Amino acid sequence: MAPSAPVALRLQGLTKRFGEAVAVDDVSLTLARGEMLALLGENGAGKTTLMNMLFGRYAPDAGRVRVADCEGVLRDLPPGQPQAALAAGVGMVHQHFALAENLTGFENILLGAEPLFALRRGRRAARARLEALMARTGLAAPLDEPAARLGVGERQRIEILKALWCDARILVLDEPTAVLAPQEAEALFMLLRGMARDGLSVIFISHKLPEVLGHADRIAVLRGGRLVGVRAAAEADAASLSALMMGAEPPPAPKAGPGRPGAPALRLVAARVDHAEPRRRLAPCSLTVRRGEIVGVAGVSGSGQAALAALASGLARPDAGSVELFGAQVARFTAAAFVAAGVGRIPEDRHREGVVGAMSAAENLVIERLDAPEVSRGGFLRRGAIAAAAARVLKAHDVRGPGPAAPARLMSGGNIQKLILARVLEAGPRLILANQPTRGLDVGAAAAVSARLIAARDGGAGVLLISEDLDEVLALSDRVVTMHAGRLTEAGAPAELDRGRLGRMMTGDDMGAGMAAGAGAAA
Amino acid sequence: MTDLLAILATESFWAATLRIATPLIFGVMGALLCERAGVLNLGVEGIFVAGAMAGWLAVWLGAGLAGGVLAALAVGALFGALHATLTVPLGLSQHVSGLAVTLLATSAAYFTYRTALPDVTSPPRVEPFRPLRPEWLTDIPFIGPVMGAQTALTWAALALAPLIWLLLNRTALGLAIRAVGDNPDAVDAQGLSVHRLRFGAVVAGSALMGLGGAFLTLSAFDAFFFGMVNGRGWICIALVIFASWRPGKALLGAILFGAFDAFQLRAQTQLGGLAPSQLFLMAPYVLSILALTLASRRADYPRALLKPWFKGQR
Amino acid sequence: MIRIEPRAAPAVGVARAAPLLAALAALALAAIPLSLAGADVAAAYALMAQGAAGSLFALSETLTRATPLILTGLAAAVAFRAKLWNIGAEGQLYLGALAAVAVGTGAVAAPVWLLAPMVMAAGAAAGGLAMAGPAWLKARLGVDEVVTTLLMNFVILLFVQMMLEGPLQDPMGMGWPQSEPVVAEAELPKLLDRMRLHAGLIVGLVAAALMHVLLSRTTAGFRIRAVGENPDAARHAGVPVGRVMVGVGALSGALAGLAGAGEVAGLKGYLTADISPGFGYAGVVVAMLAGLSPLGVVAAALFVAAVFVGADSMSRALGVSSYLADLIVAMALICVLVGGFLARFRVRLA
Repeated sequence: MAPSAPVALRLQGLTKRFGEAVAVDDVSLTLARGEMLALLGENGAGKTTLMNMLFGRYAPDAGRVRVADCEGVLRDLPPGQPQAALAAGVGMVHQHFALAENLTGFENILLGAEPLFALRRGRRAARARLEALMARTGLAAPLDEPAARLGVGERQRIEILKALWCDARILVLDEPTAVLAPQEAEALFMLLRGMARDGLSVIFISHKLPEVLGHADRIAVLRGGRLVGVRAAAEADAASLSALMMGAEPPPAPKAGPGRPGAPALRLVAARVDHAEPRRRLAPCSLTVRRGEIVGVAGVSGSGQAALAALASGLARPDAGSVELFGAQVARFTAAAFVAAGVGRIPEDRHREGVVGAMSAAENLVIERLDAPEVSRGGFLRRGAIAAAAARVLKAHDVRGPGPAAPARLMSGGNIQKLILARVLEAGPRLILANQPTRGLDVGAAAAVSARLIAARDGGAGVLLISEDLDEVLALSDRVVTMHAGRLTEAGAPAELDRGRLGRMMTGDDMGAGMAAGAGAAA
Repeated sequence: MTDLLAILATESFWAATLRIATPLIFGVMGALLCERAGVLNLGVEGIFVAGAMAGWLAVWLGAGLAGGVLAALAVGALFGALHATLTVPLGLSQHVSGLAVTLLATSAAYFTYRTALPDVTSPPRVEPFRPLRPEWLTDIPFIGPVMGAQTALTWAALALAPLIWLLLNRTALGLAIRAVGDNPDAVDAQGLSVHRLRFGAVVAGSALMGLGGAFLTLSAFDAFFFGMVNGRGWICIALVIFASWRPGKALLGAILFGAFDAFQLRAQTQLGGLAPSQLFLMAPYVLSILALTLASRRADYPRALLKPWFKGQR
Repeated sequence: MIRIEPRAAPAVGVARAAPLLAALAALALAAIPLSLAGADVAAAYALMAQGAAGSLFALSETLTRATPLILTGLAAAVAFRAKLWNIGAEGQLYLGALAAVAVGTGAVAAPVWLLAPMVMAAGAAAGGLAMAGPAWLKARLGVDEVVTTLLMNFVILLFVQMMLEGPLQDPMGMGWPQSEPVVAEAELPKLLDRMRLHAGLIVGLVAAALMHVLLSRTTAGFRIRAVGENPDAARHAGVPVGRVMVGVGALSGALAGLAGAGEVAGLKGYLTADISPGFGYAGVVVAMLAGLSPLGVVAAALFVAAVFVGADSMSRALGVSSYLADLIVAMALICVLVGGFLARFRVRLA
């Protein structure tokens, strides 16, 4: 990028607090026209909060945002007004797409772009202009399907079109590749690079070093809400960026030794789940998880992991085929029956499914085994015993927060996850379903959770690990299977796998390639 | 049996059907507008009462029928604004707020009526709307007499359904209302105000409910009675679910309901001795529960219904 | 510009004080309709206080009024704790009253000491059944229980009228739609000489204590709270959400049914179709004023009862419509909602 390119955006001293916590602390940053800037940082480093201030979703507590107008003159954006940011040419693609699912792609793009109180006019002209835009940028997406029926990649392209439709000159993408398979991510960056060449300025948020180094012009690193460095991508390397991102020495990733697979813990035999939503379907699947091994399921979000997790935790019954636990065929598909059989479950969405936020940490620890003799007697809760056990367990598992009697909702996400893990492990499970166990956790908490899972495996539990984080799957698993469109494909041991082929399996380009390799292990 | 079926062929039956359906159409369209924007409005029962009282009182005080209609719209909008304030910016429970509005609107209407007329025993009458009978209509067979028995308010109600459909499906505002009931974040991200859209929808929808109430005192009857609304509001809430939040189906549902009610009234006079009258009177409520049960399996709730939204909250 | 920010932790002080402040605010707001009605506001308040608590008779009347309100308030509170929106306490109350009459007018032969408990049990059973249905529809088919319970109120009231003009009509009643009186042995004993206060109050207080223990001390109560606070997490943790819903529904309906049976067996002696001036709906207000706490329900019911009895008495003296009481109660509900909001959020002028 030419250093002489005009400035498109300048952030000056932006600060945002949530209650006591400072999410973003005095960040200043400049973006040039046609530049691709990566915003790198761990979860919780303040990347998203910073971008939400740029976009006017949050009003900063201090600092200002200045955006170049069409003539290139920098003008202040009024704080906390998305409308003003939009008008100034800032478009944002959120990590959780902001699409109304009952509207078509076309309607989502037009939303807010027409004057509210004018009767709808010029739809045909708008359509033609949009199709021209799609042809020019290469962003192809179905326009007349309700957003609910679109895949993640299509939704993302609708989101980008939405921003460009409002004449965005600056495009912000929050973790755009989190939901994409490697090949889809490559394609996205190709498109973005093309648009940047035409003068679009792009900021993308990421915590993945390779894609940052491969696709950005410059890299800005955030840590703990502060801007700790800006590097030209050409001059940066993974090690120095990692050091910037983590601060001190990064905590060593838990190194899993080899597992010692024993008797089958979970066995799916041609199990099939039907569902109205394609993303919650499971094609007939066969899979065995043995005690003493971690089986990792890799796949992009919405490939059927939800159905697999529901089967393995007793929340759904297969529409065909069977499920065996510890050698016995399951007849009762209830969560309670699975807990009683010795299955520990770490749910995907810890806030929605994992804890009852309004109830205390102590209560959340016993919610799965209310009728156990140490929890209740004759239907009456043993409140003293529950409180004493909670104090001990929270300490043993290093769960920090406002205490066992305080509502679980007051704890941080990492501590909530540790609480759930404590509940699972204290029951001495023989099989653990870990669904996105470290999603959204900071490095320390994630490492603690991973280490506990490995320890549980070494203690003889089988672990079914479902994760969208390919690195995590490769680091923890003894065996990897991939999921695509509701199908499971055996891939093999992580040491024998290369990412390119895994990526193709996750997008369905390489169906069956791993079958031969994994057939023995699956049987 | 043939006598019962013969009822369906009479003009007076269809005229009564539309008459009974009219307040329901206003109420169901109002409730639908609120719910499409993501706000359940259980105030409808009370707003009916308040609208009926306000419309009647305005006319009785000499404001004329147009004044009565305006008063009912205004009172509906006022209680709508209360419900919207509690549920939209404050994000309070839509269930409880709606019930509170119903209790408040009902008791305010009754208190006002009793205060204005402390000593009357028989409710004072006003001159109600007269049926519209345009020349061109009278010559059309069947439809002529059926529509010729209807007042301007019924005509307005019948026109309201397509208007609401046009609003929701053919205007930018309607697009935004549908979006805000599904995903307020999408609306916010596009720079539109979630709260203003919801507030506006609730106020407008509640004004329509007020008008539905006024139909009772200014068209169906000519006076205000205690208990005259008698659960019609709740039936509107059921009809919205039954209609899957679609204006066309909601209109159809209201008319079907009116037909059923008109039929049971006539069947009751024909079969009078055979069964207690209460069984006939029960039928509309039982029918609503049944319809709701059948509709619930495929109910396609606006995804953001009942969910408060706060700006910039993580 | 006004900014609304969620508090990290709810302001406990505000939350505790909210119901009391709401009640006071609603009483203060009553000055508006009072002056609009042309009454002497100060005199009206004095008369209301006098009428609600100025004498033993007034106190007895207030407690008598509070008796069904405690039970319908508990019915709403228990159901709302599980986020089961039972707005049908009015209907369940009537069905309970009907069952009480059916059992208590001598149709069933039973030992004398057992008759009154049987009457109450019949009322509870009938009310429980009336609510178990909508709860089952909700749990099994996802049918919105707000609408079904509201509509059931009308169905049940018509059913009661039908019974009162039919099989249960008092042959000695000169054609009035009322039932035969319950036999003397089935009546609940009076608590005070020459006053209307009856043992239904004891039933209400015991029920409140039992509900308190149930919700805070038992596994069943734990499950109810978990289902109410987060049904997804509860289901995931193995709580049978549907069964809990139906159970709570039956319990809630039973409490409302007890209210109806108590009115028949303790107060009126026979059933008419106007036995309840909206006790079921007022129960919702009582429960909300109580913050859904069973012990709080007792206090909230006393407040609402005092408002009704006081306003009645004031109305007779000053000629102001007694609908003032309904107005005050509705305003109290809105005030307590706003109070709950202030406990959870901080409002800042920026």
